[in-house]
Amino acid sequence: MRALDRKLWRDLWQMRGMALAISLVMIGGISTFVMSRVTYESLLVTQQRYYVDQRFAQVFASLVRAPESVAERLVALPGVNQAETRVVAPVNLEVEGFEDPITGRIVSLPEFGEPRLNVPFLRRGRLPEPRADNEIAISEDFAEAHGLQPGDRLAAVIRGHRKRLDIVGIALSPEYMYAIPPGALFPDYERYGILWMNRKALATAFDMDGAFNDVAFTLQRGASEQDLVDEVDRVLARYGGLGAYGRKDQFSHRFITEELRGLETMATIFPVIFLGVAAFLLNVVITRLVATEREQIGTLKAFGYSTLQVGAHYLKLVLAISAGGILAGIALGLWFAKGLGGIYQEFYSFPYLHFQLDPLILGQAVLVSLVAVLAGTIVAVRRAAALPPAEGMRPEPPPVYRATFVERLGLQRRLAEPTRMIVRHVTRQPVKAGLTMLGIAAACSILMMTNFQRDAINWMMEVQYGLSSREDLTVLFTDPTPRRALYSLQSLDGVSHAEGFRAVPARLVHGHRSYRTAVDGIEPGTELYRVLDAELRPVPIPAEGVVLTEYLAEEILQIRPGQVLTIEVLEGSRPVLEVPVAGLTRQYLGVNAYMSRDALNRLMREGPAISGARLSVDSEQQVEIYRRLREMPRVAGTVVRDTAIEQFNEMMEQTILYFSFITALLGGFIAFGVVYNSARIALSERSRELASLRVLGFTQGEVGYILLGEIGLLTLLAIPLGFLFGLGLSGYLAVAFSSDLYRIALIVEPKTYALAALIVLVSFAITAALIWRKLSRLDLVEVLKTRE
Amino acid sequence: MHESAATLPGGMLAGMDAEVVFRARGLTKVYRMGEVEVVALREVDLDLYGGEFVVLLGPSGSGKSTLLNILGGLDSATSGQVWYSGHDLTAANERELTEFRRDHVGFVFQFYNLIPSLTARENVAAVTEIATRPMAPEAALELVGMGRRLDHFPAQLSGGEQQRVAIARAIAKNPAVLLCDEPTGALDSATGIVVLEALQRANEELGTTTVVITHNMVIAEMANRVIRMADGQIAGSELNPVRKAPRELHW
Repeated sequence: MRALDRKLWRDLWQMRGMALAISLVMIGGISTFVMSRVTYESLLVTQQRYYVDQRFAQVFASLVRAPESVAERLVALPGVNQAETRVVAPVNLEVEGFEDPITGRIVSLPEFGEPRLNVPFLRRGRLPEPRADNEIAISEDFAEAHGLQPGDRLAAVIRGHRKRLDIVGIALSPEYMYAIPPGALFPDYERYGILWMNRKALATAFDMDGAFNDVAFTLQRGASEQDLVDEVDRVLARYGGLGAYGRKDQFSHRFITEELRGLETMATIFPVIFLGVAAFLLNVVITRLVATEREQIGTLKAFGYSTLQVGAHYLKLVLAISAGGILAGIALGLWFAKGLGGIYQEFYSFPYLHFQLDPLILGQAVLVSLVAVLAGTIVAVRRAAALPPAEGMRPEPPPVYRATFVERLGLQRRLAEPTRMIVRHVTRQPVKAGLTMLGIAAACSILMMTNFQRDAINWMMEVQYGLSSREDLTVLFTDPTPRRALYSLQSLDGVSHAEGFRAVPARLVHGHRSYRTAVDGIEPGTELYRVLDAELRPVPIPAEGVVLTEYLAEEILQIRPGQVLTIEVLEGSRPVLEVPVAGLTRQYLGVNAYMSRDALNRLMREGPAISGARLSVDSEQQVEIYRRLREMPRVAGTVVRDTAIEQFNEMMEQTILYFSFITALLGGFIAFGVVYNSARIALSERSRELASLRVLGFTQGEVGYILLGEIGLLTLLAIPLGFLFGLGLSGYLAVAFSSDLYRIALIVEPKTYALAALIVLVSFAITAALIWRKLSRLDLVEVLKTRE
Repeated sequence: MHESAATLPGGMLAGMDAEVVFRARGLTKVYRMGEVEVVALREVDLDLYGGEFVVLLGPSGSGKSTLLNILGGLDSATSGQVWYSGHDLTAANERELTEFRRDHVGFVFQFYNLIPSLTARENVAAVTEIATRPMAPEAALELVGMGRRLDHFPAQLSGGEQQRVAIARAIAKNPAVLLCDEPTGALDSATGIVVLEALQRANEELGTTTVVITHNMVIAEMANRVIRMADGQIAGSELNPVRKAPRELHW
């Protein structure tokens, strides 16, 4: 090994503490980058392969009922590659030993041969045999939630007919990767299941013999999805078509797409912050190193080392420091990606995960890191390389100190001498002090952002379930039902209050913009379900006009109160209504259109009909109420609120805990990296000064105060700044993640601020302990002897 | 002839190869320190001959270090010219100066300037690795009596030992000229004498032209020639009729 390379390794060993701290920060940036990108690509590839393998459809349509003969017309539509009709039926399920109501969806399988589209992925067992009347395959999530196996049985109520079914297989489908029961907002694997059954058996039970109520298509290459959607709507209009839609509007697909977008955001934000901080730390450390090695550089040049050789030497050192961080970052990122991929696989019911390691991602990671590292150090390295040898031999001119602004204000009398030294030292290098603060603030903001996600979700749940939708149970009817049905619900033992609602599937149109949803007709003055204004106060539903969720009005339809909205009803006689927008409402989950039930009934030219009811019940009698509801033929399903919330919280906890763990760890890396390096550099710059003070009789405590007081002061100042950044980042996330599925409110709990500040302060405490140890080893005589 | 000029007519140094290694004419150096101009050298004329051992005497601030730095290609003159073996150093660019230092000059500094993270052997090797016709680091260290402390780090060596390593580092490349700036300035006299012996040995055995800067008059007694400087000018130049051995010096 060349002598200069030996010097490099020994220098590196000398500064191992700082190098490690820098590596940790780099690891933070690179690992999040690698984790997000690799997970993103893996999921994308898995998704694509899954879609191809299971022949996931591209256009979907549901309808009330059409004779099978209509299928021929659908297949013949221009642009259709394949089409397959199905029967899809809502079902109430009973699993032995489980009292809560379970709803589900039974999807028909062709009587003979494999499905052409949306083929279930068979995990275990088999699909129902042709002509087998009582055989079903069930979704894996549902099976796992109840510990059901092929060979087990369950009971199903289809259109009031109770049927005992034999489970023969466990399956998954790209159609139901994120399956949400009707009327609910989150997946609930215990209370909602997807079942597959033979077409003939299902049609018989569901009164759909020789007919279908669902159809899926794939497109020919180059065919327009929108054209087909329009054509299908035209054909199905007379059969109660509920509006065809493309894959991009398919619920499961949309949810996953949104989530993947989130990963992309992560792959940008985190690395930028981490690598920025790493660049700053490297800058500080290398600048200091070059200053301490001035004479060595001068000597090397005096002996004929060229500018290029000296520059290369320091550049190598920089690369040696970074290389560890880059490699460890990649390794950790891959490890995180495996964990995260696994969580996503479970969360979104992927049947498998193709762990995709694109070398390009690693190349990008290395490239991005090197750019950051070089940007941070190139000035210092160039200064080292260009140092004229004669100048290197001369000691550096003493640093210039000035009376600080604070002192000029005449406040110095209040500051003790050591405190004055701290203030002067900070103000002497305002840029460095500022960047140090920025670095600590960045750590603080990342820590804050982590917990902000939890706060935001808690808030979302609180608004949704605490303020807006406060029912215990939601009952859905199979068809619009006269309002007097409410009385029979109210008369059930344990039901203290019942409110009916009318939900009408519709396409909302404003200009060329449109959105498919349900218009929710609610009773004026309802207690259980309330519409909230921007201040989250419940507002009454106006007697006329429609009230829209802010996001729906502003972002999707671009309509203002007072303008007229076109509502194309997708039910019954399918009237097209012109209704003024009467107001806006704030909600974080989903988007809706609300009307007074009366007004909606009137527009639908029907009597006082309701589609379902919200109940407030005595929890002691809940089980009995479920039983009674099951017996009512018009009840299509029951959604239980508390369990839905629990289930959701459990699920979120898993994912969010994983992220919290990662980001708290990495945020801690930054905090520690910045604080430790700053303190360490200060020690190196000022050891002579501090040793002199010790010789003059200052105690180790007083000297420690001067040294750590400075970085402590910066840390304290950085925390509020970090809060500000954290709010900014959180606000950015809130905007970036907003969609019609959910919006994130910028709500940060005091606890979140406190935790972020605490981790930063703990980093400071650890640093202080390490520096204290070094201070106690300060060799007074030796330090005073060496020439600076 | 200029009275203060340190130039000698050819053949005046008895028994010495009279080839001129360095020739400086009208060498002037002005430093700018903030708003103050400091003239470090004024119109210095100087010839240095192959193989001679020159002691450059003068109080601090007299310009000796500046002169040495310019001769060694560490610094450039404000005006005037320097030739090294017929090459005009004042016209050389950064790269040429680097090559000049690499191939022809060895420096010894008052504070040794060893690389603290390298052992004695490695400090020497750092220089021999880039030189064109170096001796082995071990041989150079042997020459200065440090052959038994090859693998010690600077922090494990006394000042005198460190300076001897520094001399070994300077001579290991077989330079044409050895420039020493106060090589004994940080050492006690006994240690200083050991260092001077090492320098003299290098001068005699390798025939290296050696210039030693000092403000210690006693050291002048071991030189072939003594040049005195004051106020950035050469105040006098004389040949020592009798050279003393370092061992005979006392201060």
